[in-house]
Amino acid sequence: MSDRVTEPEQVRLEAQTDEGAQELRPLEGEARSRELVLTGGPWPDADDTMILNMGPQHPSTHGVLRIMMELDGETVLRAKPVVGYLHTGMEKTGEELTYVQGATNVTRMDYAAPLSNELVYSMAVERLLDLELPPRATWIRMLLVELNRVSSHLLFQATNGMDLGAVSMMIYGWREREFALRVLETITGLRMNHNFIRPGGVAADLPDGWQEDVLELCDLVERGVNEYNELLSDNPIWRERTVGIGVLTTDEALALGATGPILRSTGFAWDLRRAQPYLAYDDVEFDVIYTQNGDVFDRYQIRLYEILESLKIVRQCVERIPPGDYRVQDRKVTPPPRARIDESMEALIHHFKLFTEGFHVPAGETYVAIESPRGEIGCYLVADGTSKPVRLHIRAPSFYNLQSMDAMVPGGMFADAVAIVSSIDPIMGEVDR
Amino acid sequence: MADSADEPREDVHEPGPPPPPDDEVAAAVLAGFPGACFVDSHGQSVVYVGRAQWRDVTAFLRDEQRFTQCVDLTAVDHLVDVERAVPPGVAPERYEVVANFLSYPRNRRLRVICEVPAGEPEVTSIADLYPSLAFAEREVYDLFGIDFTGHRDIARILMPDDWIGHPLRKDDAPARVPVTFKEDPGPR
Repeated sequence: MSDRVTEPEQVRLEAQTDEGAQELRPLEGEARSRELVLTGGPWPDADDTMILNMGPQHPSTHGVLRIMMELDGETVLRAKPVVGYLHTGMEKTGEELTYVQGATNVTRMDYAAPLSNELVYSMAVERLLDLELPPRATWIRMLLVELNRVSSHLLFQATNGMDLGAVSMMIYGWREREFALRVLETITGLRMNHNFIRPGGVAADLPDGWQEDVLELCDLVERGVNEYNELLSDNPIWRERTVGIGVLTTDEALALGATGPILRSTGFAWDLRRAQPYLAYDDVEFDVIYTQNGDVFDRYQIRLYEILESLKIVRQCVERIPPGDYRVQDRKVTPPPRARIDESMEALIHHFKLFTEGFHVPAGETYVAIESPRGEIGCYLVADGTSKPVRLHIRAPSFYNLQSMDAMVPGGMFADAVAIVSSIDPIMGEVDR
Repeated sequence: MADSADEPREDVHEPGPPPPPDDEVAAAVLAGFPGACFVDSHGQSVVYVGRAQWRDVTAFLRDEQRFTQCVDLTAVDHLVDVERAVPPGVAPERYEVVANFLSYPRNRRLRVICEVPAGEPEVTSIADLYPSLAFAEREVYDLFGIDFTGHRDIARILMPDDWIGHPLRKDDAPARVPVTFKEDPGPR
């Protein structure tokens, strides 16, 4: 770092980029970054560029994301995201936890859509166990994951609105999200990080009266979504700030590893729920939302309409969910009902073994991918026959989506960079793990 | 490392069967790159290649087999495995670099695994073929210490710049103070 000398008469502000891995490489040609020294004298030349550091703490609520930008006036020449501020070694922790405990760890990675994380992890474990789930378990999972998609996209609407200045959008988005979290609380017991989808099924059956709660939620959220549409979609200020901003082409998106709404905004209608169906998605009707222009406005619209599509799926779940077991009855994998523990020695032993040592997964490796609200989330799991994984890796969509900044931010204005990062909808918990 | 390579085990994947008839991609890889091994891992196609072929196989998949994206690149440290499922024909090493490819037009996935020895932890970078792997290779370098030769910006990404060690290695213990017990003072 530079040495800063503060002289009593003059205040000196120095900015340097000498930070090792976070250093921006020097541009070719005329433009160069220089130290900004603010003294009493005249301003530096207008054609010099400036390195600006945004984050890791800033009001645009996308977690601890730091972006180093080189600016020429208002225009961004280069932008480099610096991540790692939320790294807590969750993958290393995953190697120390049993498979029974694994969902509690994985759920905290993408904390806006925790049930997606739990689902992909449980599916990977079940794949290695060659376990088949009863149909009610898959439908309950689908219901929960779609409710989670609704709450995650509502979070996006709220934060995206506020980032672009529609501050009341923040409150509206949170209000609808509250309804969704309340329903999730009645079903799973927690508002976030539920640890509800576990290898073998789900933790408990749906509570009595859930259908009314869920249908009421659908009506409330639908009304909210129509409100947002009315508030924003034709709003000239909103359109000025989002239409034509951060345009991404399909080739760029594919090359930079973007999936999910970012890829669908470029005109490429790829959704894993449709292309490689899992759970019961090939049994329900829903549309894959995609747009053509690849700008910020498109990504906002996609997520808005995806809320409605998820509500469509949720309504079908309410009507058609089959009766039956909510988890596999294999006592080597799922614990017995608590009442049985008093009656049966075997049940007691199974319970004990499961919660102390956990079940063993035969040696093997697998990669399972599902469509989270942010894109393709995958779980690469390597097992060695013990009760703890050798390697638990989550392919986090935001980690890859962030790289699409490289194609969208340079060339635009600084204020647009905020809009673009917001439209990527990164969740730093899964970027950093 | 466990002597998993020495005796055949029942729980290891089937010894190198030919790829299933509908997996022409794996068949093409095996045909084009001698020494590669195919395994069907719980319904998924996995091909093991050598480090020397890593980049060529990737280019082949991208250019001729239309694998549009490499959705994930990661590594595994097999230092303390109790059992290890490695197909015969593959010499197991301490590290494995694993890449998952996805072809959108063909709607299929392929996993490619390459063994990396502990003494020479480096692999050729494929981040110029698939720009999405720029971050992923940095993460593997950061957490495992596997160097990706040819990566234009290899540097730590998740850990602080001045961190020493590679956390996801099995012998990189987090800073743990061993618990010491004083003599039991006896019943109170």
